[in-house]
Amino acid sequence: MKTNMLQKAAIGALALSLALPAGAAYAEDSIYVPLFTYRTGPFAGSGTPIANGMHDYLTMLNERDGGIGGVKLAVDECETGYDTKKGLECYDAVKPKNPVIVNPWSTGITLSLIPKASVDKIPILSMAYGLSASAKGDVFPWVFNPPATYWDGLSEILKYSGGGSIDALKGKTIGYLYFDAAFGREALPFFQSLAKDVGFNLKLYPVAPADMQNQSSKWLDIRRDNPDLLVMYGWGAMNPTAIKEAVKAEFPMDKFVSIWWPNDPDAAAAGDGAKGFKELNWHGAGANYPALADIQKLVVDAGKSQTPKDQVGQVLYNRGVYNSMLIAEAIAEAQKITGKTVVTGEDVRRGLENLNIDDARLKAIGLAGFVSPVKTSCADHNSHSATFVQQWDGAKWVKVSDAIAPDSAKVMPLLDEAAKAYAEKNAGWPARTEPCDNK
Amino acid sequence: MFYREAGQYKTTYAADMAIFPIRQDRYGMAVILVVAFILIPAFGNQFFLNTMMIPFLTLSLGAIGLNLLTGYTGLLSLGSGAFMGVGAYACYKLETIFPQVNILVWIIVSGVFSALVGVVFGLPSLRIKGFYLAVATLAAQFFLQWCFARVPWLVNFNDSGAIEVPTETLFGLAVTGPTATPVTRYLVVLTIVAAMTWIASNIVRGRIGRMWMAVRDMDIAAELIGIRLFRAKLLAFAVSSFMIGVAGALMVFLWLGAAEPEAFDIDLSFQLLFIIIIGGLGSIVGAFFGAAIIHLMPIALRALPALVGLSIDAATIDQLTFMITGLLIILFLIVEPHGLARLWQTTKQKLRVWPFPY
Repeated sequence: MKTNMLQKAAIGALALSLALPAGAAYAEDSIYVPLFTYRTGPFAGSGTPIANGMHDYLTMLNERDGGIGGVKLAVDECETGYDTKKGLECYDAVKPKNPVIVNPWSTGITLSLIPKASVDKIPILSMAYGLSASAKGDVFPWVFNPPATYWDGLSEILKYSGGGSIDALKGKTIGYLYFDAAFGREALPFFQSLAKDVGFNLKLYPVAPADMQNQSSKWLDIRRDNPDLLVMYGWGAMNPTAIKEAVKAEFPMDKFVSIWWPNDPDAAAAGDGAKGFKELNWHGAGANYPALADIQKLVVDAGKSQTPKDQVGQVLYNRGVYNSMLIAEAIAEAQKITGKTVVTGEDVRRGLENLNIDDARLKAIGLAGFVSPVKTSCADHNSHSATFVQQWDGAKWVKVSDAIAPDSAKVMPLLDEAAKAYAEKNAGWPARTEPCDNK
Repeated sequence: MFYREAGQYKTTYAADMAIFPIRQDRYGMAVILVVAFILIPAFGNQFFLNTMMIPFLTLSLGAIGLNLLTGYTGLLSLGSGAFMGVGAYACYKLETIFPQVNILVWIIVSGVFSALVGVVFGLPSLRIKGFYLAVATLAAQFFLQWCFARVPWLVNFNDSGAIEVPTETLFGLAVTGPTATPVTRYLVVLTIVAAMTWIASNIVRGRIGRMWMAVRDMDIAAELIGIRLFRAKLLAFAVSSFMIGVAGALMVFLWLGAAEPEAFDIDLSFQLLFIIIIGGLGSIVGAFFGAAIIHLMPIALRALPALVGLSIDAATIDQLTFMITGLLIILFLIVEPHGLARLWQTTKQKLRVWPFPY
């Protein structure tokens, strides 16, 4: 009955498989860097500037320096739409081309890829997202999440709001408005344990992914509870919606602090009412850095990018640049360690583990003052860097605090525990066998 | 000329009632099985197995399950995504509580849990029909998804709220987890899907299938000729949810490797529904056709520009794929509103009289 068509379908599929990317033509003398991006879907608002930033910095290196260490970078975008299934499709598509690193740009995709990294020998750079516990290099040798984890970020927000100490928040009511998926829930266990230890009253306002643009009911609750501080972990369309709702609900902006993901247009969309909105950040805003000027000149003005001219220097654009700066530095470090020019995923893993981007190095790459130094080690894949608070003044972000270090005394024990729990729950989690270069 | 049964005499009832009474069909089936079990694993590369075949088979199984309910029994369900989730979470819990039992046992057993949940949410079907039932199953979708996100016990209190798949072996070979090769996983999925398809095709040919179809075509008439609606409908929910649940377990354990509650959202329910609508309601083979259109066609479209040497931005390709896929689906439905399965049937009918149609 059902044969010939199936037969044809099977043969057709087979023919297609043979034609599909069986080792696409990437020259031996280039380093393949796939970028998982999302310029489509409900998170395109956040994903597009990041994709632009990542793409433009690497393209600029190709244009200005001819790549890294004389080797061109083969930069290739794969569209994930922030969808885990499509992310895995991208991963399988790029794997035969020997990528030296992957940037999942989604906590969901990161979680699916973490177990694969050590098997496929492709390091994962989940820059300040993904699994907080993956900061522990002895348990997760292939996963890197500099410069800070979501738990560090939370402790920094609370420290800032408590005037330098989390304990000052005792007895206060703190609201947590979060994206109700792996990303927003990541901070939850730490938040809850802090609430118990410090003694503040934690109110939860989860926003389901389907309701990102429909938060009215949450804001009714927020008005009723009137928290002394509202912490937001939002992404995509959730950020501008929350800021608009806050303006509508006349929620005092000085009590509203977000983790590092809202972009300039997210705040600008809410108009003048958004003045005073605060978020964490760890790198410079604006385009007044030599490297960004080079991007403007060699990439954007030359028409080699999809970036609109005025978007160079936005917070999330610069976040993308920062991400690519880490990739480039890891590759450069890998070249230094191994003496090879064309490095592999295994080499770049060593590079990521030995990052030491100090002020001198930042100056050399044209990003002096862009970020505070980052240093990783075999045990610490994160560097737990300090961040600062910036405030929206209606037109741009203004830095309003000094560097705030995370509350390591509170974060570290939980991090150890979480990494241990992950290894235990995933029976047969491989013990670290990768040698360490910086004992 | 080549595809006709003239000269093939059947001398026993068994031969007359075979699944494939025509010799050419039997040969064709054998060829498909050889291709699927031998040629594809031998020659398919990792991308083909991981990204195309495993999801294709998994979705096909889910669609077969939904087709038993919607296509054969006429009960519209929008909760199939959540039932896949029940299978996946049941498999995860069973696996972590009893790790010594083989994972394949748990993949099958997880279908039983999905069947039980399916029966509970199938109860309203005795009173309501059509769109109203769709709304009732929609409630199942939202309630179950809420459970996946809110009951930490289901994810073993993982901080991320996601389930992660540990490495499990069969005859010393890893079948789940990162070390499992795509070929192993593909063969496991293929075996399970082939077995389930065989069972489903026999169910719908027999007494139970006829009972379901009678209920679908007119339930009062079915009741009058002695079919107990209560049992027929709940059985349909149970068998359908069982297959969907197994598909869910396959999806997490052999395809994705980790899953958040969002993996089982309403989009997945719609995806399965579209697969059976495009493939053909009330047809087993239609589930495969539909899954090919919904899952494989976009991948092929995405690969196309690179193959012909065009360099288009990844995002643009994605947008184009959306649009072209949508257009093609509309086109298919205009050409054949009863789905690809009917198109295939018509083709076969024409093939019989080819090249001398009368």
